[in-house]
Amino acid sequence: MRSNKAMEIGTGLFVLLGFAALFFLVTQITSREVGFGERSYRIGAAFEQVGGLKPGAPVSMSGVTVGRVESIGYDFDTYQAEVVLRIEARYDRIPDDSDAAIYTAGLLGGQYVGIGPGGSETFLQDGDRIEFTQSAIVLENLISKFLFSRAEEAGAEEME
Amino acid sequence: MSAHPLASIREVGRYALFVGRLLAETPRALLRPGLVVQQVYNAGALSLVIVMLSGLFVGMVLGLQGFDLLERFGSEESLGTAAALGLVKELGPVVTALLFAGRAGTALASEIGLMRATDQLAAMEMMAVDPVRRVVVPRFLGGVISMPLLAAIFSLIGIFGAQLVGVQMMGVDPGQFWSQMRGAVEQADVMEGVIKSMVFGLSCSAIAVYEGFHAAPTAEGVGRATTRTVVLSSVMVLLLDYMLTAVLL
Repeated sequence: MRSNKAMEIGTGLFVLLGFAALFFLVTQITSREVGFGERSYRIGAAFEQVGGLKPGAPVSMSGVTVGRVESIGYDFDTYQAEVVLRIEARYDRIPDDSDAAIYTAGLLGGQYVGIGPGGSETFLQDGDRIEFTQSAIVLENLISKFLFSRAEEAGAEEME
Repeated sequence: MSAHPLASIREVGRYALFVGRLLAETPRALLRPGLVVQQVYNAGALSLVIVMLSGLFVGMVLGLQGFDLLERFGSEESLGTAAALGLVKELGPVVTALLFAGRAGTALASEIGLMRATDQLAAMEMMAVDPVRRVVVPRFLGGVISMPLLAAIFSLIGIFGAQLVGVQMMGVDPGQFWSQMRGAVEQADVMEGVIKSMVFGLSCSAIAVYEGFHAAPTAEGVGRATTRTVVLSSVMVLLLDYMLTAVLL
């Protein structure tokens, strides 16, 4: 049997590469952090409803991406979702009375956090919190509200 | 292809018996891993370059087409999900199997066919060495082991190819690309691809070694065996793909 070093190395490389690829595919749901190279600072925000927001989603101001959602947790003291935003260090002049809201990019697109600047002269520092937040809009709630209001109108008309 | 209906039925029966024999000999072949490793090299490692290159370009095309399609619905952010699901569940296993049939299957069939034509298989029988055990089964197993690994590499490179086009060229947000993909792709999806590529590997390898082993011992016979391998493997892969998708979805 012909057995040389190059063949064995080639086979080993191929098998390792194959299993590495398989491993990456299976674990990709949690692997590969989307970090950014530059320095950054963290700010927190509590939301009533985060909808489909996911870690890694962009944080934008006027449509410009200034950071990313780092983590989403649940706070049992306030019964709200606790979102940690990681903002790039060069965007260091966000007023501390700014508000954060969760928007959807396009009808089917992913959700992102939009920050609207406030009017304060002091700026958010690492570890600060955004107090004014607006929840994600859950489409089902919106539809059911609309349907109920229509049904009410119809009911009222019938009563007359 | 045989014109007589009975001959076709007989051919199917011979295939089934041959595959049964391959599977029956498998445990004993695994006792001599050296032979199998050699074939993993021939079928797998040597197919690596073509599979990686194809994966990259298939992924890049997916990135381009997916972006164009999703942009019409204003949801380019779903590109990662679309590309990953497409590659892992469908394109990865199928395209890899087709490439495998062309690259490794033909090599297997012509190698064994040529062994038959040059009486090497007969010589082994004379020396009381079973050619099926010594030659055919290790090649069959090499293919079976290589296919899922090749398909995984194809899918992975394809996802990075889609990312290259979608994120770097088209400007899809990288966070959305990866986070949406991670949110939507489940382990069951990856398993579906793995199961498919295992079945494809089994059928492509079985067809290649069968055609080679039963080739007419002439130059023409070896050529015909090679052609039949590619044609039969491709048709089988596409046929099995539909059935597997229907079962696994």
